Amino acid sequence: MAREAMEYDVVIVGAGPAGLSTAIKLKQLDPNLNVCILEKGSEVGAHILSGNVFETKALDELIPNWKNEGAPVKTKVSKEKFLFLGKNSSLSWPTWLLPSVQKNHKNFIISLANLCRWLGEQAEKLGVEIFPGFPASEVLYNEDGSVKGVATLDMGLDKEGNKKDTYQEGMELHAKVTVFSEGCRGHLGKQLIKKFNLDEGKSPQQYGIGFKEIWEVNEEQHQEGLVMHTAGWPLDNKTYGGSFIYHAEKRQIYFGYVIGLDYQNPYLSPFDEFQRFKTHKAIKKMLEGGKRIAFGARALIEGGIQSLPKMFMPGALLIGCDAGTLNMPKIKGSHTAMKSGIIAAESIIENIKNKSDLSIYEKKFKESWAYKELYTARNVKPSFSWGLILGIIFTGIDQILFRGRLPFTLKHKHADHETLKPANQMPKIEYPKPDGKLTFDKTSSVYLTGTNHAENQPVHLRLKDPNLPINYTLKEYDEPAQRYCPVGVYEVQKEKFVINSQNCIHCKTCDIKEPSQNITWVAPEGGGGPKYGNM
Amino acid sequence: MKILVAVKRVIDYNVQIRVKEDGSGVHTDNVKMSTNPPDDNAVEESVKLKESGKVKEVVAISIGEDKAQESIRKALAVGADKGIHVKIDNYVEPLGIAKILKKIVEKEKPDMVFLGKQAIDDDCNQTGQMLAAMLNWPQATFSSKVNLKDKSLEIVREIDEGLETIEVNLPAIVTCDLRLNEPRFASLPNIMKAKKKPMEQLNAKDLGLDLTNRIQQLKVEEPPKRKAGIKVANVAELVSKLKNEAKVI
Repeated sequence: MAREAMEYDVVIVGAGPAGLSTAIKLKQLDPNLNVCILEKGSEVGAHILSGNVFETKALDELIPNWKNEGAPVKTKVSKEKFLFLGKNSSLSWPTWLLPSVQKNHKNFIISLANLCRWLGEQAEKLGVEIFPGFPASEVLYNEDGSVKGVATLDMGLDKEGNKKDTYQEGMELHAKVTVFSEGCRGHLGKQLIKKFNLDEGKSPQQYGIGFKEIWEVNEEQHQEGLVMHTAGWPLDNKTYGGSFIYHAEKRQIYFGYVIGLDYQNPYLSPFDEFQRFKTHKAIKKMLEGGKRIAFGARALIEGGIQSLPKMFMPGALLIGCDAGTLNMPKIKGSHTAMKSGIIAAESIIENIKNKSDLSIYEKKFKESWAYKELYTARNVKPSFSWGLILGIIFTGIDQILFRGRLPFTLKHKHADHETLKPANQMPKIEYPKPDGKLTFDKTSSVYLTGTNHAENQPVHLRLKDPNLPINYTLKEYDEPAQRYCPVGVYEVQKEKFVINSQNCIHCKTCDIKEPSQNITWVAPEGGGGPKYGNM
Repeated sequence: MKILVAVKRVIDYNVQIRVKEDGSGVHTDNVKMSTNPPDDNAVEESVKLKESGKVKEVVAISIGEDKAQESIRKALAVGADKGIHVKIDNYVEPLGIAKILKKIVEKEKPDMVFLGKQAIDDDCNQTGQMLAAMLNWPQATFSSKVNLKDKSLEIVREIDEGLETIEVNLPAIVTCDLRLNEPRFASLPNIMKAKKKPMEQLNAKDLGLDLTNRIQQLKVEEPPKRKAGIKVANVAELVSKLKNEAKVI
């Protein structure tokens, strides 16, 4: 029996900054269009996690009077710092010696989750239908192979896939154009990239895992508007990453760490590197006496234009980080994601009205300021594959002297799942025990994310080969899933590989880093996953 | 027959509650809110009774700020017919809520009022009982099974000793336990249809009731942190610790 279907002009998958911008722009250009957004989180913002120092360029274009409309964009950046950390030392880098992309004086410290909540309200006022708690689980195709729309997940299945009393069949949503804005490593975007060969001729995509904690600190430790970044310790010269420390309103510090997922040592635990980072004497004093009130983690795109796939296919578009529009050296992606969303909307209008080909979207994107920005930023991340020191020297030359206009483009050589070295070739890493005040274990951290998945539903972290973790990955790499997962979903207990999928916070790291690509993240029942507040 | 079902919007049960530093309450800014879980059971049971043909209409009511309408819309999306939102922005104690509900009962004349057994935010477990007393109706609290007969309800109640079966005459108040049923998911088309279902909006101020809170809240604080556990080497050590340190045996 055919599933129930609903017809729309445009269906958008994912209510993040990109998808919401598309929806708003579409309705601004043509109020009569039928537009809906599917969102897997229990509400808009529940699955959004970002630093975030926000550049308002795209928001200025989308909603020019955002200030008067009450947008939660309030804390202006007032001061900047950059520290290089050695194990026992710290060196403050003069801000005038930072590449201009890392200067933030016109930007704002925001919670992207709150901005998305606000954008969601703006979209609904314009008549966009937003359905939180409904993950798109499947792409639907027309007979000619073009994308027809998506289907929502069947709800009310038990662990074995049998129907429970509450079973409800998924629905089909058909659209003239389907827009995929699932964010980094979207599980449908990944399928589309493969099916339509969108990444042909591109470097493999590069990812990072980003952590964020929100701390409430004492008045004297807080300096609203201060933006600080660090590089160096605890990561070694070969591992790409660094911290962000943003002083937001209400005595809160957004405190985070990003580690490139191209790291080599299977014993490395990104979560524990982040925790250890807080024990540095220059860092500790910023937080001591304060209280951690939120925790979360999410993978992010680092590949830049070398890895940016083709962004259109028959009947559908990839926008934001579902394609990969983040500007890594700038440490920002919200503005480019929003811009790609705005351009997608403009292109869809032309597509529907004038029957123009969807390829105009990519053409327009390549002509936009967003792409120019990504172009000048392109060589920074690959240069760090030579190590931190050479990377910094090259970046100085590339970004300060040549402003990104060097006449060549460095490539990314490996996908992140290919970079791990066998465990017996790499040193074990002993991480200090958490003290429960400054540093924490995974259990108490996952608790703060509010994540939950209804019990007795199919496991949403699928193994292609269920025996591989024990038979191969454990022997070869000491099963790194135990460490790269930021919330301890994966455990090896007495030669058994255990998946605690109810703890999953939808960061997608396993889907990216598993050396044999044996783990596939699929959408769990709607409303599951983290319940982030002002992340 | 007609059912009035009361729903309350509370902090989602998955969210870790954060107490305000000055002890005046808990943080609710940017916190995920949902319908109180036992209220979902109350809605589900009401809708089931409607589907059985014995009940003609289910009216969902919520009392609170504007966003309380989200909980009403959710009830409408799973099968309630009409919503009533009584707007009030400050916290109202169960006594005040019961007074408002009584007023609505007099107007709507339902045969039954379904409520959750208690709300997970203040854990009062009083509203249903107070409403029953004010209306002088029988009450069936902690219901885990509901059987509607011609003029009465047969109810299985979850009590400390086990299960108790009682029969109450209609009209009656029913407060629902989590084990009563498993609430259904709202489907996309039904969520859209729910947006078009009628929702009456009233202001609590206009009801002419004394809603003054009777209880003064002195302080809200976090429960003390649990101490970390320890590992013991053997049974002898365990017994000795239980005897000498914990002093429980």
